[in-house]
Amino acid sequence: MAQSEEKYAIELKGISKSFGTVKANDGINLNLKYGEILALLGENGSGKTTLMNMLSGIYHPDEGTIRVAGKEALINSPTDAASLGIGMIHQHFKLVNVFSAMDNIVLGTQEKLLKAKVLREKVEEISRNFGLEIDPEKKVYNMSVSEKQTVEIMKVLYRGADILILDEPTAVLTPQETEKLFAILREMKAQGRAIIIITHKLNEVLAISDRVTILRRGKSIDTVMTAQTDEKKLTELMVGRPVELSISRPKVEEKKSVLEVRDLNVVRADKTKALKNISFDMKSGEILGVVGIAGSGQKELCETLAGLIRPVSGELSYRQESIIGKTPGQIQEMGIRMGFVPEDRLGMGLVSTMGMTDNMLLKTYRKKKGMFVDRRPAKELAEQLVQELEIMTPNVETPVRMLSGGNVQKVLLGREIGSGPNVLITAYPVRGLDINSSYLIYDLLNEQKKKQVAVLLVGEDLDVMLELTDRILVLCHGEITGIVDSENTTKEQLGLMMTGMTKEVAVGE
Amino acid sequence: MSSQTGISKTEPLIRTVKRAELSKNRIFLLRIVALVLAIVAGGLFLLCIGYNPFQVYGTIIYGAFRSGMAIQATVKIMIPLLITSLGVALAFKMQFWNIGAEGQIIMGAIFATYFALFHADWPHWLLLAVMFLAGMAGGGLWALLPAVFKVKFNTNETLFTLMLNYIALNLIVFFRDGPWADPQSGGFPKIATFDANAQLNKVFGVQAGWIIGLVLVVVVYIYLRYTKQGYEISVVGISKPTARYAGMNVKKIVLRTMFASGAICGIAGMVQAAGSDATLATGVAGGVGFTAIIVAWLGQLNPVSILVVTALFSILEKGSSVVESSMGLSADCSDVLQGIILFFVLGCEFFIRYRFVTRKKGGANK
Repeated sequence: MAQSEEKYAIELKGISKSFGTVKANDGINLNLKYGEILALLGENGSGKTTLMNMLSGIYHPDEGTIRVAGKEALINSPTDAASLGIGMIHQHFKLVNVFSAMDNIVLGTQEKLLKAKVLREKVEEISRNFGLEIDPEKKVYNMSVSEKQTVEIMKVLYRGADILILDEPTAVLTPQETEKLFAILREMKAQGRAIIIITHKLNEVLAISDRVTILRRGKSIDTVMTAQTDEKKLTELMVGRPVELSISRPKVEEKKSVLEVRDLNVVRADKTKALKNISFDMKSGEILGVVGIAGSGQKELCETLAGLIRPVSGELSYRQESIIGKTPGQIQEMGIRMGFVPEDRLGMGLVSTMGMTDNMLLKTYRKKKGMFVDRRPAKELAEQLVQELEIMTPNVETPVRMLSGGNVQKVLLGREIGSGPNVLITAYPVRGLDINSSYLIYDLLNEQKKKQVAVLLVGEDLDVMLELTDRILVLCHGEITGIVDSENTTKEQLGLMMTGMTKEVAVGE
Repeated sequence: MSSQTGISKTEPLIRTVKRAELSKNRIFLLRIVALVLAIVAGGLFLLCIGYNPFQVYGTIIYGAFRSGMAIQATVKIMIPLLITSLGVALAFKMQFWNIGAEGQIIMGAIFATYFALFHADWPHWLLLAVMFLAGMAGGGLWALLPAVFKVKFNTNETLFTLMLNYIALNLIVFFRDGPWADPQSGGFPKIATFDANAQLNKVFGVQAGWIIGLVLVVVVYIYLRYTKQGYEISVVGISKPTARYAGMNVKKIVLRTMFASGAICGIAGMVQAAGSDATLATGVAGGVGFTAIIVAWLGQLNPVSILVVTALFSILEKGSSVVESSMGLSADCSDVLQGIILFFVLGCEFFIRYRFVTRKKGGANK
């Protein structure tokens, strides 16, 4: 068994995994050395997370072998993975909210409980080693997203992991926090740990990784040295053909204020403030972007505008007509066509178990007189959308939950645009979509803008937001920390506003 | 595979793997297989306790159909079960766990009984019509109560509807022993037998309730599938946020649907009291409200399938009583058989979505 010239931390050979008819992974090969950062790049649905879940013992491969530190390994559970030194930092944190950082770190370890003092020393030692900043006593519910992520990283380090897998770790971070995370990762690499980072942000891949393995439709396409590649080449590998990567921002001359928001205050179910004194205008023929760290009030803002949340105070008027406190049904009855593409597409925007036809009915079934529903026009609209937006579905009666993320989004956005909206509110419309679908969605939004629709776009990719929108509204802890002109703003400025830094400075002066 | 390390040396013996979506025919086939297996397992059970399974099964079928009277008796069992199953199916479609059909049947029967006892002199058809509406009102209002609390205070409807069953049951006891006690019963606690004028007519030798049941199958089918309200029920059932997003008044829909669900169960109570029992007895619901929950789910909340499942249940019940009297098999055995069937049929739902993969064969071979 003298097979290793160089000892790999991880070697995957011919890994396959199917879910039903969907082949999520198809004969994937991948290797990772110690003291290296490998980026796993691929579009959504290309099988990155599935592959990493097999390494961390959540799924079991149908075929293929996994070697860890040169030896063939069977990973049947996360415990197995941990004892092999593999630690995964999931995209959605798995922490106990009411526990302190320290309790979360030791939770689930097999050894007997250490005294709090010894434990704190151990935690602090790891902190010092890698430059992680953490207060061991702080409760998770008091933490910011980046602090929670730090706890997740501590968790795997505490278990002695020397192979770390990070699933889209930067998705929830500001540009500044991302820099900090990268510094920590570089430190770990310097200390000989092997790191896999899953991402679809090309600039981050180029900034942090040594090598890149590209997945496309469940297959490992290629592995390239980061130093010898660029964004364009990576995109081509990822998509499978050359892609034009530019977003247009058509000019619309005539703009009128359509929706006026004044001093809006919204409280969540748990009595915490979601929005504080929000005031802004939405103009026709304009895309207004909304950015902020996850959970800064974006969801509440959209739902309040759409009439789903009743604000505690404030004014909300559509062309001088107050719509405050009105339900979506009442807003419809006023003759305002408000299109809303919510963040939770299948849980709010669509009925997951119904086909396209029945989903088209959702907002219009009431208009017909009598007690029966008329499915004919809905079916026609559904078929028209399938044609125009190239929606891939066996037929218009197939439950929408069986469609891919991109197609689900096309169904939803198609319906909302099909209703000829005056105001269009969209939350993360390209989340989970491949590059092609994303650009199609950007085009659709621009088209609406040209039709004098007032568009609100909540987004997360700051680069895209700066290119696509006309103005950007920045939210931080439910407050507006800036409404800026997209053309004259940088990503760094947005990042600072997202953390509320600029505002604090302004107050300090 | 010589040098394997890691903690566990081998893969687990059996793993579950998600299946591809099966075609409708395959699903149907799987259910039939489950039914056959259930009959086989039930047969083994009968064999173990010393009976000839073929003889027992034969007697069940024969017992349910051996004569015109036997068929009539089977249909009589079917009527309240069918109507009640349709009623609860309406609530379940909305994901509202109406476990209170038992109570709603009773309240429907109580309301209808009032007119049967005190207005027996009204013209026959008017009286029956009023009793029918009273039954609907009784069951509907009884169901509305937990629905109101649900939309106002978000109470747990499962417990609420369940507890109301016992209140309803004891209301009958109250009426039987107090205000509505039959003076001619000679101290025996009962409510007077209905005047013939207040009894449901017989059609083909069975009380007319079966016609009501069949009409309801069609009505509920059309209601759920083709009306705006039926559409609203499906949307609310799958996702309340979606319903609100679409501008639906979720509270109103919940209240309306629960009233309808209870009203249909109330009809079952009226039909049972005025058609089969000709009086109001504490056993008017007799567990039908609970069996209906099983029937509704086995029928996948589809009114036509519910009709079929009800027929099978009724045949089993009537046949078992014949087995009991002619072969001396305890009545509990028919419950065991029912349980076995349920176990297999519900268990097969798992296999519609997942399959097992054994070690080494891997998931490669489909």
